[in-house]
Amino acid sequence: MSRAEVAERNHATHARRRTSLGLRAVGVLGELLITAGVIVALFVVWQVFWTDVTGARAATSHIESFEEILPESPEQPGTPQTGEPPAEPVPAAGETFATMFVPAWGPDWQFPIAEGVGREDVLDAGYVGHYPETQLPGAVGNFALAGHRQSHAKPFFGVDSLEVGDSVIVQTAQAWYVYKVTESYVVYPTQTEVIAPDPGDPGAVATERTITLTTCHPLWSTRERWIIHGVLDHWIDREDGRPAEMIEAGAS
Amino acid sequence: MYGWIWRHLPGPALVRALILLVLAAAVVLALFEYVFPAVAPLLPVDQNTVGDGS
Repeated sequence: MSRAEVAERNHATHARRRTSLGLRAVGVLGELLITAGVIVALFVVWQVFWTDVTGARAATSHIESFEEILPESPEQPGTPQTGEPPAEPVPAAGETFATMFVPAWGPDWQFPIAEGVGREDVLDAGYVGHYPETQLPGAVGNFALAGHRQSHAKPFFGVDSLEVGDSVIVQTAQAWYVYKVTESYVVYPTQTEVIAPDPGDPGAVATERTITLTTCHPLWSTRERWIIHGVLDHWIDREDGRPAEMIEAGAS
Repeated sequence: MYGWIWRHLPGPALVRALILLVLAAAVVLALFEYVFPAVAPLLPVDQNTVGDGS
């Protein structure tokens, strides 16, 4: 490096040191703003893509550990029963007590159901959540579930494709419950009557065994809720076999 | 800010770049694991329950 070059460099360094405080503050502010932009972009990546990855991973592991305590159910069509189903034990908060299948969403589609509708412990943790104040699978009243429609493995992404008559199957340690979709509509989040024992008449004593799914609507919005109602078609003793359509569909 | 970090990192440019890469990865990890999950329920996206459940 020649003397002239050294001198020039020193000069440049001094020039930088002399940069006014105001200019430096603007520089730092600019860097902070760029950083904030990058963080927001990262949040979108996390929300839209990453929660699906972690959610699906969590759901798979919940199903695996639930299957360990699940009594064997022979891979043969069981006898459909319409009488009084077994009384389900009341699950503890956060406990995996069932899994659900929706053949219309593919033979491999299965999702674990846990007690409660808290975000951190249930809905964001790879579960469909059961409203604790509602009834249990198979019971007279309303077995009401909440699930994400986008992000967090989006269990209820396909709600808009469910048609009247489609099956929603719930398995517990005791039985398989086959519900048939009866209704699908949109409400405001404040309309809690959709999870009442009798959604059609919130004040009445329930007579039917219904299931309700709630999820968000429109996509990526919190403005409304998509509601699916179904009614119990039949149930099957685990020891007897499985719902015929699950054998046909090739699910396990 | 980033200039200040760069000037205070030890070693040649390559080492500094690697350190920065590790730092950036640590920040992203912290955001994904702790910050975003904590912030998400406060934002008006992906709520799906009726009532005041969430």
